[in-house]
Amino acid sequence: MLSSPFISKNDSVGRIMLTVLLALLPGLALYVWYYGPAILVSLALASITALATEAAMLKLRKRPIRPFLSDNSALLTAWLLALSIPSLAPWWMIVVGTAFAIAVAKHLYGGLGNNPFNPAMVGYAVLIISFPSQMTHWLTPLGMGANTLSFADQMAFIFGGHLPGDLTLDAVTTATPLDTLKTQLHLDRPVGDIFAMPIYGHIAGKGSEMVALGFLIGGAWLLIRRIITWHVPAAFLGALFATAGIFHLVDPAHYVSPLFHVTAGAAVLGAFFILTDPVSGPTTPRGKLVFAAGAGILTYLIRVFGGFPDGVAFATLLMNICVPLIDAYTQPKVFGHKDGSEA
Amino acid sequence: MRSLHRFHGGVHPPEHKLESSERPSARAPLPKLLALPLQQHIGAKAKALVQAGDKVLKGQLLARAEGNLSAALHAPTSGTVLSVEARPVPHPSGLADLCITMAPDGEDRWAEHAPIDYYSIPKDALLAKLRDGGIVGLGGATFPTHVKYASAPVNTLVLNGAECEPWITTDDRLMRERAAEIVQGIEILRHLASPGETLIGIEDNKPQAIAAMRQACAGTGIEVVTVPTLYPTGGEKQLVRILTGKEVPSGGRPFSIGVACSNVATAYAMHRLVNHGEPMLSRLVTVTGNVKTPQNFEVLLGTPIADLVQCAGGALSGSSGYILGGPMMGLHVGDGQLPVVKSTNCVIVKSPSLFPPTPPALPCIRCTRCAQACPADLQPQELYWFAKARNFGKAQEYNLFDCIECGACAYVCPSHIPLVQYYRFAKSEIWAREKEKKAADAARVRHESRLERIERDKREKAEKLAQKEKAALASPSAQAPSSVPAAGAPAQPAPAQDLINAAIERARQQAALVKPKNTENLTPQQQAEIAEIEARRAHIREVAHHHETEPPKE
Repeated sequence: MLSSPFISKNDSVGRIMLTVLLALLPGLALYVWYYGPAILVSLALASITALATEAAMLKLRKRPIRPFLSDNSALLTAWLLALSIPSLAPWWMIVVGTAFAIAVAKHLYGGLGNNPFNPAMVGYAVLIISFPSQMTHWLTPLGMGANTLSFADQMAFIFGGHLPGDLTLDAVTTATPLDTLKTQLHLDRPVGDIFAMPIYGHIAGKGSEMVALGFLIGGAWLLIRRIITWHVPAAFLGALFATAGIFHLVDPAHYVSPLFHVTAGAAVLGAFFILTDPVSGPTTPRGKLVFAAGAGILTYLIRVFGGFPDGVAFATLLMNICVPLIDAYTQPKVFGHKDGSEA
Repeated sequence: MRSLHRFHGGVHPPEHKLESSERPSARAPLPKLLALPLQQHIGAKAKALVQAGDKVLKGQLLARAEGNLSAALHAPTSGTVLSVEARPVPHPSGLADLCITMAPDGEDRWAEHAPIDYYSIPKDALLAKLRDGGIVGLGGATFPTHVKYASAPVNTLVLNGAECEPWITTDDRLMRERAAEIVQGIEILRHLASPGETLIGIEDNKPQAIAAMRQACAGTGIEVVTVPTLYPTGGEKQLVRILTGKEVPSGGRPFSIGVACSNVATAYAMHRLVNHGEPMLSRLVTVTGNVKTPQNFEVLLGTPIADLVQCAGGALSGSSGYILGGPMMGLHVGDGQLPVVKSTNCVIVKSPSLFPPTPPALPCIRCTRCAQACPADLQPQELYWFAKARNFGKAQEYNLFDCIECGACAYVCPSHIPLVQYYRFAKSEIWAREKEKKAADAARVRHESRLERIERDKREKAEKLAQKEKAALASPSAQAPSSVPAAGAPAQPAPAQDLINAAIERARQQAALVKPKNTENLTPQQQAEIAEIEARRAHIREVAHHHETEPPKE
């Protein structure tokens, strides 16, 4: 480099993505603790698929393979997708979802840095629209109910579709706390009764609320390491909490506490790991607030009034569409200019 | 305790100050040859007054300031002028420029010189003496000091002792060793600017300089302000913001908000000129990096860099060129024969271990670390996008010209994109277009006035002819046949001409609509930058195109 600056901070895209992967570990550890090691198989499948697809696409696009393969971005997409879908889903689902995310959502749009939509959420959307029934194979938390599958049994089901002996799928999987809530409310069961069901824990789902705590810890670490800024998590969880709070205040019998909403489902994962994706998100500080708050409101509306069990993925994709507009209207004031609108 | 303000962003690169800051400064020996570029300042090139063979004395005027925005040049020592010729100069373009070369005679004999009793002469005269004494801003921009202080008085006089660039320690050493002289120089500036308050901003990584300046300022009313170490605090606009809370308007100078800002080294140079009659002949230069004994030296202007590096024990093995200035905004040169000029505050000998090559660039992931680091509150990732797409109108809309090229964005970029190069490229392209447009405008005006002139000539000829004919007809002796048509009959503009005129008018209106903003009313400094940047355009374009791992277009 013969032009200033002649020094650069010891940082790289690969290192940033690796930090985010590491930040997923506390949540992942709690996931394994509460649901068993099946998720690790999904993660492995997703990782291998992501790297293979990434390499194949780079080759097709005649791009250098090593620098892009070592940027860890494909791995991150793979992990986020694996964490978003049921770990007891058949093996080919995570493979199809990951391959679609990397090949279509990422590379067909120009590869790293150019995808307008969050690839992992595109993968999720494809799967939930194409295979809605398989997307309900959520494992019952370990130690809840008698029919807990062994790791070998889980493998047999993921890869062969066989359950041991007399077990039925309903015995080992369960609808998510969000899904159950929606169904039961539909049946006019009071909120209090619903929360007495064994799948509910202190605030949200038993097990899943602890996994969310793990993601919260990882997210806090990302904030400390300055990988992400406070804007997106605060605005997303804040808007989700506020929206849920308003409905809850008006009609507590039909609309559950806002605390449940910010803890349940993919809220925490979304706040710190999904909506914070820099490529498909806005760049300005005010833009991040608008973007994440919009996603928070949409997540609530989709959860409560929509047809899908969780709303984070579609809220993310819908807000991704708005990013160029948000960026254009939230440009900060430039030094020496009277206000930001001066251009 | 003064409450300080903040500017947005900033970075903390490794300081590397201790290498050179703890050794007292020394005087560099007389070199065998001095090369003095006529352009060592912003503004018009100085005009040489000597020719080859002239014997000159130390401090003798070699080249006079050309116009107001210019500065004079003097013989740094006594000797013989060898030539006035184009030679390589330390400039981003790498092009040669006019220099006076001289061979010192070793006697270092002074020309006649005398202190200036600055209180007894009018301020205009004092300003002229600064110009003729070769005083320019020594913080790096080399803006002629007399121009800066022409529109005094000001509310606040700011002395810049921040020295925020890594490696450089000249101001640090100067303040430690010559605090009293700096303060005497500041008194001259106070006389010129009649400021309400005088502040010296020094970064808190220079405690000894702060202590020395505090002591020297005792009882003068000058306030030494410790500012946090954060690059680019030493940027004029940034330091003014920190100390006063005011923002220099975009495209403006500190004077427009009642502030004047000069470097502490400039104040010292003024003290030498005014109180000792010594024009600007030398400056303190940090020699550091891959050398045996990094140190500061008092160096005669025109000294070859390589000679200076020898003073510091010579370059160590593995050296790969020099950086003039700091690593964030400095200039890479490979030629050790290039001379020290007024803006040379530091020579860093490069080596791959001290300055490892930047890894290949990856695509931008919009992480906005650059925006978080930008001291001008710009969105570098957007500017990069627009520059790369050659969408220069959009780049200007996003205030490209408020970029000070401090390099903070490129420093933090995890994709290692040479962002500053993209901005320089975009700026130079815009300036080039502006120039072309102006040239085209001028050509059009010329063409139109020519058409008009031809038209007028024809008309006048026809009128004259008509009058003559009338006169001939009126006179009884005239036999002219009336059938002769007026050869030069007033040519009514043909329909075709009408169409052309209409087209020209339309084109002009369109051109007015797409007229780029922000390029009017450029300061002389910016104009100088234009010239400078145009020269390296081709190079930058090449580098920018080859730098991405991904080719720019699919």
